[in-house]
Amino acid sequence: MVGVNRELAHLSDEALVALAARSEQSALSELYDRYGRPAYGLALRVLRDESLAEDAVQEAFLALWRTAPRFVPERGKASTWILTLVHRRAVDLVRREERRRADPLENVPEPSDGIGGADEEAWLRLQRERVQGALKQLPDQQREALELAYYGGFTQSELAERLGQPLGTIKSRMFMGLSRLRELLGDPGMEMSWTSTS
Amino acid sequence: MDVHELTAAYALDALGTEEREAYEAHLGSCAECREELAALGETAAALAWGVDSPEPPAALRGRILAAAAAERENVIPLRARRPWVVRATAAVAAVAACAAVGLGAWAATLSHSLDSERSARAAEARAVQIVVDPSSKTVALRGGDGMVAVDQSGRAVLVVHRLAPAPADKVYEAWVIPPGSKPIRAGIFKGGGSMTMVPLDETVPAGSVVATTVERAGGVDAPTDSPILSAQT
Repeated sequence: MVGVNRELAHLSDEALVALAARSEQSALSELYDRYGRPAYGLALRVLRDESLAEDAVQEAFLALWRTAPRFVPERGKASTWILTLVHRRAVDLVRREERRRADPLENVPEPSDGIGGADEEAWLRLQRERVQGALKQLPDQQREALELAYYGGFTQSELAERLGQPLGTIKSRMFMGLSRLRELLGDPGMEMSWTSTS
Repeated sequence: MDVHELTAAYALDALGTEEREAYEAHLGSCAECREELAALGETAAALAWGVDSPEPPAALRGRILAAAAAERENVIPLRARRPWVVRATAAVAAVAACAAVGLGAWAATLSHSLDSERSARAAEARAVQIVVDPSSKTVALRGGDGMVAVDQSGRAVLVVHRLAPAPADKVYEAWVIPPGSKPIRAGIFKGGGSMTMVPLDETVPAGSVVATTVERAGGVDAPTDSPILSAQT
């Protein structure tokens, strides 16, 4: 997969989305090469089924292709947008399929050296450890709410019922958890400057 | 139910269909929620990186590209879009060259001027230690994909994903800017790998900015250009 369109390799994700909006297919394939793997990992985690996960990833990348002209870089990163599309598709599918979302993962292949080789593997592992490390620092109830909502695909009402808590409590756990996670992961903000603020 | 309170649930995709539609309708008229969603949405998407990611089946890529081609052929005639593509490509290439953010060859690189391979490996091991140490503080980069990790004694590592190689006769130079101080040189590096890890030469006091500029080969004592990457620790 690597080496197909090396002339696009130096472009930012946002530039690639702009090219995809102009129907440049090589931009879509470069974006897939960058985000196909985390997209598939996320979809598999939510759906727990390889073929459904493929469906979710395919639908998400086609949604990207269709709606790229509407992407506004000022509102956020392209990678956030792409992973949001994937997550939305996965959650919609898991609800439609009514799969048992709390079941343990079965037969998921071990992460292996793939297109990116050892260095991409190292990057993914670093990211994973960072996110999991931050989740571990959250109070248990907040972590549970985030994990069941994001990885489990449960709605807030389903969570309230499942956990036997009022809806307001669930909302507040999700908000507090996500806000705290934001602090732990470090908010890069949008402005770039030389100035220190503290 | 106050629709304002739904931002976190929406960012996590934890709303039912009706609530989701109501929230989206509300977003159009509420700048405060749009701003909050931009922030929380980014954090929610970061959760995507917290799972194991096995390689997707190889056929998936081809299926997506074929489906995309089939869709677009029906909509936009090839000839009409050509000039746009050329102009857009040239423009974004120019921007990207300045931003110097890109995809390198996927090969582990420790882009730091070091004497021998052995000390390079030792420095890399130290760098990895700082990054994975749970007591280290990590902040995400602006201007690129990556982070700065600072351990409790202030030793720090800059990690950049897919940093394009520095242009010929140029280098990347890292700077530490303690609160109220001028930028201090913290190392030069070439980039070009999939993941660039740069152990900084200077410790990073709390509240410092860590920044990167493109400078002439050998580096300079004070930055001559705007930062391409920065992080507020």
